[in-house]
Amino acid sequence: MSEAPLRRPTLRPDLEIIANHVEPRARVLDVGCGTGDLMAELRAHKQVDARGLEIDPANVAAAVARGLSVVQGDADVDLADYPSDSFDYAILSQTLQTARAPDRVLDELLRIGRRAFVSFPNFAHWRVRLSLLWGGRMPVTRLLPERWYDTPNIHHLTVDDFRAFLAERDVAVERSWFLSGDRARGAAAANLLSEHAIFLLHRRNQAF
Amino acid sequence: MDSRFGLDRRVTLPGALALDGGGALSPVEIAYETHGRLDADAGNAVLICHALTMDQHVASPHPRTGKPGWWLTMVGPGKPIDTDRFLVICANVLGSCMGSSGPASLNPETGRPWGMAFPVITIRDMVRAQAMLLDHLGIARLAAVVGGSMGGMQALSWAATYSERVGAALVIASTARHSAQNIAFHEVGRQAVMADPRWNGGDYYDAEPPAAGLAVARMAAHITYLSEAGLTEKFGRRLQARDAKSFGFDADFQVESYLRHQGLSFVDRFDANSYLYITRAMDYFDLAEEHGGTLARAFSSATRFCLVSFDTDWLYPTAESRHIVHALNAAGAPASFVELASPYGHDAFLLDSPELARVVAGFLRA
Repeated sequence: MSEAPLRRPTLRPDLEIIANHVEPRARVLDVGCGTGDLMAELRAHKQVDARGLEIDPANVAAAVARGLSVVQGDADVDLADYPSDSFDYAILSQTLQTARAPDRVLDELLRIGRRAFVSFPNFAHWRVRLSLLWGGRMPVTRLLPERWYDTPNIHHLTVDDFRAFLAERDVAVERSWFLSGDRARGAAAANLLSEHAIFLLHRRNQAF
Repeated sequence: MDSRFGLDRRVTLPGALALDGGGALSPVEIAYETHGRLDADAGNAVLICHALTMDQHVASPHPRTGKPGWWLTMVGPGKPIDTDRFLVICANVLGSCMGSSGPASLNPETGRPWGMAFPVITIRDMVRAQAMLLDHLGIARLAAVVGGSMGGMQALSWAATYSERVGAALVIASTARHSAQNIAFHEVGRQAVMADPRWNGGDYYDAEPPAAGLAVARMAAHITYLSEAGLTEKFGRRLQARDAKSFGFDADFQVESYLRHQGLSFVDRFDANSYLYITRAMDYFDLAEEHGGTLARAFSSATRFCLVSFDTDWLYPTAESRHIVHALNAAGAPASFVELASPYGHDAFLLDSPELARVVAGFLRA
């Protein structure tokens, strides 16, 4: 057995919020789970039955080596193979903007999970706006560090885009959180002032 | 010292083995080896299932060839399948020729080798025989069953047949069913054996064996274990110990010489009839068919699964592993899957791979 690390590795702030709001002993599918940081946290502290989907084989190998159940696959393709309502939560953290078809991925998420956590970088944050307005170049920021040609973020969106999108699709927002500089902030003017948004969603016709 | 454990063990199973093809086989002898020690609660047993032409010598020298164990990269003290931690069992499969009952064994009714009178067996028959071996060893439940290629088919069959006896199943470079292409290659091999006049309807044990036919079968099969890129890298169009083409039919090319060597060295260690029976068992394997045509019904959530494929394996390509993963998801079974990169094709699972080692060790540790 490997020894427990002296200090728990710090979770990314959006993952920390999600981890704090998952019910204990829930069944969770983490889509785009990376090396499984969130899954490991949920397993250790909330006795969650966590499964992951991850596109990068090296990340999958690392997660499996931690004893996590992770399947190598592509959210755009492989979510279709999961049965409906098979998880209490489906989680999509910082992955929506990388999907080829984010609308279909969100539909699948809400089909597979009774609830869904979705987090994404907000492209309407004032720093992004200023960068585009004054620089005239595609913004490169802390949360969006890649250049236009090598970024995996092919579907940038804003908090207001996402809200409108949810309204069109009859998806209910159960809760939302907004981050600026890794700190939580209120929902006021979130589209301008938040760098990062996290939504807890469910289908409007969902019975709990 | 408990004589049931250790190297070079044999047991005659108590009672007859009921077979998928009807009827029963008796007596059934199983040759096996164990490494490591069984815990007091018998909860640390790992069964390794071997591939078509492998045997129980997973981590000990082969008695005929003197070659080291076939999975020394994976099995041993401190290795991914850690014999300091697990009792590792590997048994020669039913139908083979390294001590377990097969067509070369004596038919008690005639006092002569079974030959083609040996019943056609299935992967599940092999697994049932292994379950009887575990009963003999006093092991109710496996911590894990592990196998590559045909060993992976057995691991899947174990989880489907005895889910309550399997804590975890690790399936490497394998499939839940033999495809038409898989069956086709096996049929070429079988026809090569049967076309050798020395095969004599399977009755050759008092004479020369059908070595030429079996060697051709092995040559054809060996190509399917390698990748095109691997063959090109290893041999290209290089000539074998000569400066120019001979304008004849000697092994001009290195790849020809290599395949001939593979064929010839195989016939020294393997029985031609065993090759027929085991390839047949693999061809008959279709786990979904055994469960009303729905693979998901083969699995329960009682077993943890890990599947590994290799990107250059065209014998059991990644799509076959994905097909299993989809069924496991539908069954709600805890499942992991990863496709590893390797230039070596199907054989990659037998070779030293740090990535594979990491996945295997991590999965078994969980």
